[in-house]
Amino acid sequence: MTERFTFLFLMFGLCAAPVLTAQHHGTEASEAHEHEDLLDDDVELQGGENHLHNHGHDHGDHHGDDHEDGAMFDPSPFIIHHVADAYDIHLWGEGDGAVHIPLPVILYSKKHGLDVFMSSAFEGHGDTKKTADGKYVMSHGHIVIAGSQDHHHDHNHSHDHAHEEFELYDFSITKSVFGMLLIMTVLIVMFGRVATSYRTNPGQAPKGLTNFLEPLVIFVRDDIAVPSLGEHKAEKFLPFLLTLFFFILFANLLGLIPFIGGFNITGTVGITFVMAALVFLRTTLNGNKDYWGHLFWPPGVPVFVMPIIIPIEVIGMFLKPIVLMIRLTANITAGHIIILSFVSLILIFGETSAVAGYGVGVFSTAFMIFMYCIELLVAFLQAFIFTLLAAIYFGEATQEAHH
Amino acid sequence: MELLTILLEIGQGLAGLGAGAAAIGAGLGVGRIGGSALEAMARQPEMAGDLRTNMIIAAALVEGVALFGAIICLLVALG
Repeated sequence: MTERFTFLFLMFGLCAAPVLTAQHHGTEASEAHEHEDLLDDDVELQGGENHLHNHGHDHGDHHGDDHEDGAMFDPSPFIIHHVADAYDIHLWGEGDGAVHIPLPVILYSKKHGLDVFMSSAFEGHGDTKKTADGKYVMSHGHIVIAGSQDHHHDHNHSHDHAHEEFELYDFSITKSVFGMLLIMTVLIVMFGRVATSYRTNPGQAPKGLTNFLEPLVIFVRDDIAVPSLGEHKAEKFLPFLLTLFFFILFANLLGLIPFIGGFNITGTVGITFVMAALVFLRTTLNGNKDYWGHLFWPPGVPVFVMPIIIPIEVIGMFLKPIVLMIRLTANITAGHIIILSFVSLILIFGETSAVAGYGVGVFSTAFMIFMYCIELLVAFLQAFIFTLLAAIYFGEATQEAHH
Repeated sequence: MELLTILLEIGQGLAGLGAGAAAIGAGLGVGRIGGSALEAMARQPEMAGDLRTNMIIAAALVEGVALFGAIICLLVALG
């Protein structure tokens, strides 16, 4: 009974932290104004360094939550910033006091060749930052070669040259890539240990980590793979399905952990596209004659409807993985956006008055806890659905003719 | 140019309407699924587990479609 209370208290405390940080943001925004007035005098006297100071305070509000006069909190850039990928892991704080974990930036271009450096090499404040050697510029989170943006106003004849000269291939370890590497390490270590424990204790009841993972693995095998594929073929596809299931599950759960920088791995279209493409490749490569026959000449359909049915079937073949991709991305990103919207609600109300902020904060936090529970369900459900549909597509591709 | 800006703003505002319509679609769809699942469970309580699993699967698929609409409205509103 007391454990339950402790748990609930911890969860509530964890979720009350956004309320407290929201208050801090609200007061910080108003403090920044007072400082700006004082510094205006210094700017005329000194110029250079105070220019930086001014920008420092602007940067304090830069994370999308202020305009030039600094009055209104704009939730749109705030939400986009927290849902999009980034070149570093931003833990907490704003502006100069921000706590970042910089990540490696790996760039290749014809102009500069291969460049590897940490993202902390980008210095400056506000939306545009430059590297110290002046080679690259990061504006609004995108890295471009310095000088490519000057060509924006040029007209068509130099456009092609500009594109070729400033082509940049970005292989950086961004936040999402770092998250994926983390999950990969966790999966390899975890399942390595589980596999060795099965080998060293044959025939005994599993304990510990093995005991925890066994129901999940058996669930994937017995409730996802076998019903769609049949017992014999399930073995062939099971490693892929298990990897898919656990990767998506862990990636979704990682995105839900607060305070570690906000990962949004499965909410990135690039990553879900690759997973859907792999499913598509595997169904195409494993399709047997019946599969292709049914695709291009569905049985039991009158001939005059064929010109309609065949394009639909062909489009369907491509559309199913695309839908798979969008379903996962949309569900996860939508969940993150909902939670961020509740936080924005607190910040918006906190700007008008502290009391309104606290009041809204209580209800908003309660809703956030509720949404977090739903997001936990969605994390598991989306992993399950993705894997189930992949298994169904594999089953379709390899099914025997049953006339 | 004034007219164009106004029309663009209206277009972005309509994205909100679109997102609401997507939510209505999701509500109707999932509501029907839940309703028929509950009816079937009332008729045959011993099948409740099976029905529950299939209900969840169908609900996730329908929600996926509703979220396409929401994502497109988001892209319109922000782009």
